[in-house]
Amino acid sequence: MWEYTEKVMDHFRNPRNVGVIEDADGVGEVGSMACGDALTLYIKVDPQGRIRDAKFQTFGCASAIASSSALTELIIGKTVDEALTITNRDIADYLGGLPEQKMHCSVMGREALLAAIANYKGQSRESLASPLVCECFGVTEEEIERAVRENRLTTREQVTHYTKAGGGCGTCHERIESILARMRMEVAATAQPVPKKLTNLQKMRLVEETIERQIRPELQKDGGDIQLVDVEGNRVMVSLRGVCIGCPSANITIKSIEQKLKDMVSQDLVVEEVAS
Amino acid sequence: MKLVYMDNNATTRVDPLVAEEMLPFFTEVYGNPSSMHLMGGMAQRAVSEAREKVAQLLNAHPDEIVFTSCGTESDNAAIRGVLEAWPEKRHLVTTRVEHPAVWNQIPYLRQKGYRVTELRVDREGRLDLEHLRASLTEDTALVSIMFANNETGVVFPLEEIAQIVKAKGITLHTDAVQAVGKIGVDLAKLPVDLLSMSGHKIHAPKGIGVLFIRRGTRIAPFMIGGHQEKGRRGGTENVPYIVGLGKAAELSREEISRESARLKGLRDKLEQGILERIPRVIVNGKGTRRLPNTLSCCFEYVEGESLLLLLSDLGICASSGSACTSGSLEPSHVLRAMGVPYTAAHGSVRFSLGRFNTEEEVDYVLENLPGIVEKLRDISPFWKNRAEG
Repeated sequence: MWEYTEKVMDHFRNPRNVGVIEDADGVGEVGSMACGDALTLYIKVDPQGRIRDAKFQTFGCASAIASSSALTELIIGKTVDEALTITNRDIADYLGGLPEQKMHCSVMGREALLAAIANYKGQSRESLASPLVCECFGVTEEEIERAVRENRLTTREQVTHYTKAGGGCGTCHERIESILARMRMEVAATAQPVPKKLTNLQKMRLVEETIERQIRPELQKDGGDIQLVDVEGNRVMVSLRGVCIGCPSANITIKSIEQKLKDMVSQDLVVEEVAS
Repeated sequence: MKLVYMDNNATTRVDPLVAEEMLPFFTEVYGNPSSMHLMGGMAQRAVSEAREKVAQLLNAHPDEIVFTSCGTESDNAAIRGVLEAWPEKRHLVTTRVEHPAVWNQIPYLRQKGYRVTELRVDREGRLDLEHLRASLTEDTALVSIMFANNETGVVFPLEEIAQIVKAKGITLHTDAVQAVGKIGVDLAKLPVDLLSMSGHKIHAPKGIGVLFIRRGTRIAPFMIGGHQEKGRRGGTENVPYIVGLGKAAELSREEISRESARLKGLRDKLEQGILERIPRVIVNGKGTRRLPNTLSCCFEYVEGESLLLLLSDLGICASSGSACTSGSLEPSHVLRAMGVPYTAAHGSVRFSLGRFNTEEEVDYVLENLPGIVEKLRDISPFWKNRAEG
């Protein structure tokens, strides 16, 4: 059973802005019924370039419907240029997060938005020019690159969770790996702390994410493990697992975890080891 | 809130009579059946009686019943145990629609150098018996074919399959986890060598299973340890659960012919009702023999997970072969093997009835399901086009 947030369930049960805009200024269609989810987004743009109305139709699971609904709420009232800065992560955050295996639903929202805006501007969909990587789900190189960049993805499984690429026959796994290898430097360079002030919720999520994606895999390589116990203000409480327990260098480990979290999240953080 | 549990192929409610029978074996009769004292003797007798009852349900000999921890263990034990007992034979035959407990062993066995034939099914889920005949060779160690499919309820013709396989002297295993308790399984008439079953599908608890091993079958032990289960599966017997399974087997045997007919009546009413009330529905395996309790159908233009969650909001528990519910991106391998189009497979839902379902519950589902499907179709970008076109 998936753990969906209340907000996801609310937007799934009572989706906002469902429907068609007959005289839309931009229409974006992504996905297909064969792929298991599809979204058509309609936007109405005023002469000043502001999105006055947005409607959607979606075929898909609860998180696909909720992501579409959230997307319309996020873009109504924004200028087209402002809307272009919305990432899939903003959609997921708006919903209080999505299970990682469902992140592709938020990416689908983002792709539909880009397609609708391109259609409004009279451009053909940019991604059409980009080579297809995953034939099963029709995912292009550009779409994968964007998801990797915006979500700082590092593994092939993550790329599948976020874009569906590689989730079918598996023949494109090598190509995905090579895109990841090529982008590794770029992702590392952009993986600096977000300069703006973080809300508590954002801070907790970023701490959790940094531990899951960057710290845990490193510890697990050596047979150790870590669990995030709690975050209180700037105190991050963790417990070490596996061979880390009773390891004489556990103190050094904690210090290096702290440094990593300071680099990635906030300089004010202090890491403490607690019994779990 | 009203609760309508129609997911009995996933698991069943422990029958209160079963739970009652088990209770004393936790705190009162807690002896080890191997112990040479009063308490050991009582536990030993309870295990023997349970073994007898399971044997009666299957019409087998008690010494052919080996208790395991679950259906998956039974399947693993059967397949690996037989392959190990015939080290010179390197070929296994199974089907494309097996439960993951068998199906996911295929890549593992291929990696170990075995050749595996996966038999085809047609659009109705029927097995290609010519393919089976053609696949058997001198090198074939084992044929493993499920009795009834967990997703669609399609029942394979095990009698015919057994004739074909046993004529060549090849060992035959069947995963009968879904069949036992729903249709009659008579091992005196059906010459399979090994059969897996699971307790929690017949109102016993999770954590207990059985592997039937016909006398004279060559199989390597699968849990090496003590002398329990004649050395075929070491480990102290799970006495309370074995007792529970015995009781569940007894209840199932008493009711099976009556209950089969009752479930079929309810299932047919549900199926007819859905087809009458909702357009564009495909019933999977409709043209072939199916378990009496199972209805698998695809609601076109709707995605299964969304449907399940809205049903769940009304207290109705069902399941789906849609990709989204499982965390994979591809819909169920069973529906794909049957050639159900992807567009429909994503909208598959399975209702599986059991001992505690009533006609009133079927009516409740029929009252609510059409509105839910309509709501989701209204959101879908494909439905309107189709309705107009």
